[in-house]
Amino acid sequence: MKRHENSFEKMMKPCGNAIAIAVLCLGSFVGHAAAQGGGELRFCLRTEPKTFDPLKVEDDASGAIRYLTGGVLVRVNRNTQELQPELAVSWKVSKDGRQISFRLRSGISFSDGTPFSAEDVAYTVQQLMDPALHSPTGDAFRSGTGSVETNVISRTQISIKFPAQVAGLDRLFDQVAILSEHSSKKEMAVLGPFMVADYKPGSSVLLKRNPNYWKTDEQGCKLPYLDSIRLDIQPNRDVEMLRFKRGELDLINSLDSEYFDKLAATSPQLVHDAGASLDSEQLWFNEVAKSPIPAYKKNWFRSVNFRRAISEAINREDLSRVVFHGHAQPAAGPFSPANKFWFNSKLKPQTYSPDAALKALQSDGFRMENGTLKDKEGNEVVFSIITNAGNKYRERMAVLIQEDMQKIGVHVNVVTLDFPSLIERMTQSFDYEAIILGLTNVDLDPNGEMNVWLSSSENHQWNPSQKVPETAWEAEIDRLMRVQSSTSDTKKRKEAFDRVQEIVVEQAPFIFLINKNALSAVSPSVHGASPVVLSPQTYWNAEWLTVPAK
Amino acid sequence: MSLGRKLACVILMLVLGAAAAANWLAPAGYAKQYREATDAPPSHTHLLGTDAIGRDRFARVLYGTRISLLLAPAAALLSTLMAALIGGLAGYLGGAWARMAMAVTDLFLSLPWLFLLITARALMPLNVSPSVSVLVTFALLGLLGWTTAARVLCTTAGSLRSSDFVRQARAAGLPGQRLFWVHVVPNLKPVLYAQFWISIPVFILSEANLGILGLGVAEPMPSWGSLLKELEGLVSVGQEPWKFVPLILLVVVVTSFQFLLSKQEEVAA
Amino acid sequence: MRSLKWKITGHALTLVATVLLGGFLSATLVRLAPGFEADERELDPHLNAQSVQALRDARHQDHNIFRFYFSYMTRAAHGELGTSLALGQPVRTLLRDRAPLTLRLLSMGLGLAWLLTLTLALSAAWLRLSVYDTLTTVVSGTFLCLPAAVLALLSVLWNVPGSLAIALIVFPHTYRYTRNLLMRAYSQPHIITARAKGLSETRILFWHVVPVVTPQLLAVAGVSVSLAVGAAIPVEALCGLAGIGQLAWQAALARDLPLLVNITVLVTLVTLLANSGADVIGTAVRRQEA
Repeated sequence: MKRHENSFEKMMKPCGNAIAIAVLCLGSFVGHAAAQGGGELRFCLRTEPKTFDPLKVEDDASGAIRYLTGGVLVRVNRNTQELQPELAVSWKVSKDGRQISFRLRSGISFSDGTPFSAEDVAYTVQQLMDPALHSPTGDAFRSGTGSVETNVISRTQISIKFPAQVAGLDRLFDQVAILSEHSSKKEMAVLGPFMVADYKPGSSVLLKRNPNYWKTDEQGCKLPYLDSIRLDIQPNRDVEMLRFKRGELDLINSLDSEYFDKLAATSPQLVHDAGASLDSEQLWFNEVAKSPIPAYKKNWFRSVNFRRAISEAINREDLSRVVFHGHAQPAAGPFSPANKFWFNSKLKPQTYSPDAALKALQSDGFRMENGTLKDKEGNEVVFSIITNAGNKYRERMAVLIQEDMQKIGVHVNVVTLDFPSLIERMTQSFDYEAIILGLTNVDLDPNGEMNVWLSSSENHQWNPSQKVPETAWEAEIDRLMRVQSSTSDTKKRKEAFDRVQEIVVEQAPFIFLINKNALSAVSPSVHGASPVVLSPQTYWNAEWLTVPAK
Repeated sequence: MSLGRKLACVILMLVLGAAAAANWLAPAGYAKQYREATDAPPSHTHLLGTDAIGRDRFARVLYGTRISLLLAPAAALLSTLMAALIGGLAGYLGGAWARMAMAVTDLFLSLPWLFLLITARALMPLNVSPSVSVLVTFALLGLLGWTTAARVLCTTAGSLRSSDFVRQARAAGLPGQRLFWVHVVPNLKPVLYAQFWISIPVFILSEANLGILGLGVAEPMPSWGSLLKELEGLVSVGQEPWKFVPLILLVVVVTSFQFLLSKQEEVAA
Repeated sequence: MRSLKWKITGHALTLVATVLLGGFLSATLVRLAPGFEADERELDPHLNAQSVQALRDARHQDHNIFRFYFSYMTRAAHGELGTSLALGQPVRTLLRDRAPLTLRLLSMGLGLAWLLTLTLALSAAWLRLSVYDTLTTVVSGTFLCLPAAVLALLSVLWNVPGSLAIALIVFPHTYRYTRNLLMRAYSQPHIITARAKGLSETRILFWHVVPVVTPQLLAVAGVSVSLAVGAAIPVEALCGLAGIGQLAWQAALARDLPLLVNITVLVTLVTLLANSGADVIGTAVRRQEA
């Protein structure tokens, strides 16, 4: 028997539907809230951020804030290393590599409500390319002299033309956070998932959720899930570790290897070893002709046989095992295998062979006398290695190398210096013999290291600012680097840079020691974390992370 | 001699004896790296375990004693003598001399000497021998470490200048020099002994901190200061109590020095 | 009255001259030390030659130390203390924002240090027990032998205020001087006579010992201010306290000349005031006793 609805029921039906819908919405809201989690993520910056202007970023701390607050047109996915759309839905680089066109998302606002359009992109690029800016971000685009042309086609379309080809042009926009041309808040109006809410100098930076952030998840919920991120300024790693163990911090983005092992022993679920990072540690000799070191030492350092022999006499396996507790790999060359595309996979780490090293030195006229190596003029082989004080891993590597060198009769003095004194010796007075330093790579593209490989460059560290290349192999490296920067054909670029890597390993101007692993620690209360090799290892997907709200 | 002083003598002789006999007690030496046994706990082969790169800690404590126990007291003596001369003399002379000396002392207390030390390092060749580097370090510490005591000595000497026995001696025609050395300086001894006693551990620790500037003891040579720096890895040291041995040794030695000095303090009083 | 006026004027002039000299000497030390014109930003491989040169030119501005100091003094006379090279912020703002924390830290640290010092030293002098004396010597010796960095880290580990770390760094120094001065005072003939005559220990302490040792103790107190200021640097740096000590360390590492000169001037002023104050009060006490 069919039941008939009475008038009351007829009246209540739409109400019931409305209530049901409301309950559903409430349920989904609660569900979203549960999925979001809210909460505050806490971790440390190692230094004081020097600027909040994303175009002027020169240090890691400012870079971290830029990453979390800046909206970029395209983003290098730190996990897959692929380029993905962000504020730009699509882009196209011209064949000559000088021009890039973007099609932008519409309906997006800055954190203060100012609408975002192609004019803001044009404004940002013009600011970035101002010759007076002198920032690493801007200089990365400066491949030639002349001004950049921006053509705003519509609110969502823009084309940018550079005076010369820029290799890897699209990927460089990963570092360019878009500024608002019209907002009164200037660089504090942002397009990223978070915005700077409070800054206590020397103490902390507080980032809060950007209410106008454009990204949503698959369910349509607005991102980020987190309410805020607190960045405490803490240079000391022991204190950072203490605070993490006490639960005052949620993650350590870059964990020391000895702390990794200690944490892993008690709580293995907290620590992550993502494998070899892009960073490398290397030793090099001073090959500057005008340096004040004795002439006979210059002769040693400028001899490829000497450099390769020293390289052969260094036990890289021990450096990885003893200094980094196994959380490092012997380095094969200038690029780490973590750089999946650009690493020359034909290269292998130098094997440890003190006997072969001694033979190579003997062929160069060196001889052993009562356990001391002497050159053909009878000078004892003694040199100093300088490195920056306070970096215990470099200090330990230097001491291990000191002992390795003793086995081939070479006496090494280890001197740790404060960083400014070390830089002065390295770049101005050239009063040093050998140095151990590291290279922190944020770029996958070798064009980012143009100023390291070009012999005329300031950063060609073993012998900078050469007017003409002093050796044939440096001239060849110059040529190959210019080849790879002047073509957009990725295959040609790879071939050229592969050859650069081979020459560098053959000639050993840098003796590559190890590639450190990307180590991090993440509290189990953080959901969604997936530490990777590229920086920032742990919070690269910050908009997707959640912690329980307190 | 009291029991305490006898014990202090015995302890110091034992420590010095062990340091002198380091070649026999730790024949492998302080630099040998047992790379298969890094950060190892104490065992019959390594009585105090090994450090982060596998060097025997017991050997490093023994050899480190030679440097720290010899040079830190020497630097402490230098700073004490300088404090006595500058502070004591200024206080004794009084007036404008005292004001000028104390203004200089206050300046010395305020200036960032870090940069003088950085300059000193820059003036030394990179391949300077470790012994020269450590001598220069302790000499600099001695030359810069007199300021605290000088201030106190100036005030004490100033009080003595107007005391009855000094007035009497002056009235009796005693020459100034004799008055200073025979009657004033002995009364400054409590402060001088305090200065000497404090300076020893302070200089030992300062030497380690100067490693950040390239001064101090060069690797692989050990010193107590560099061994004490291991304690800065506090997170793990709690589970590795053997790392406290250099600290305990330093406290014992410093206390023993104090016991030996206390006799002189009593006599001075 | 007139001679008192002259005395005060003389003291004030000496103070000002010493402070200015301190600033100049500090600037000279920083300028002459290696690494002054070095900038770690030069090592960034992204920077082109023009940018590297621009960095070097910016550092070269303060090349002439006389010109720098003269222009600094001219600006300082108008309250303008310059801009920090490392932090890019006005020095005046940096010092103003951080001074209260450091002042609090130092006052509490010194207060605690002197409380410990006087408690232990007075009791050691009063009781004259060798066991007690040994114990206090061992305790103060232990803290003397602990690196300042370790004490700072312990304060973080045990969640105690940084002022306690400062107190424990300063106390061994002040204790040893104070204890020795008190021991010496207690062994004076007039004290022995007073005891023999049956005077109470409290009366002996406050009427016969304290007035004698006060000038020296005040000198130690003046010096303890410098010790505390020195201790504030590692404590603030390690405990993450945004005070002037932390600023001084950052400035030293970065060879930040404007910041270092201002901090030295401030430290010189504090040191001079503390020590001059101790001198003046000590002289007054001595005169009163005489």
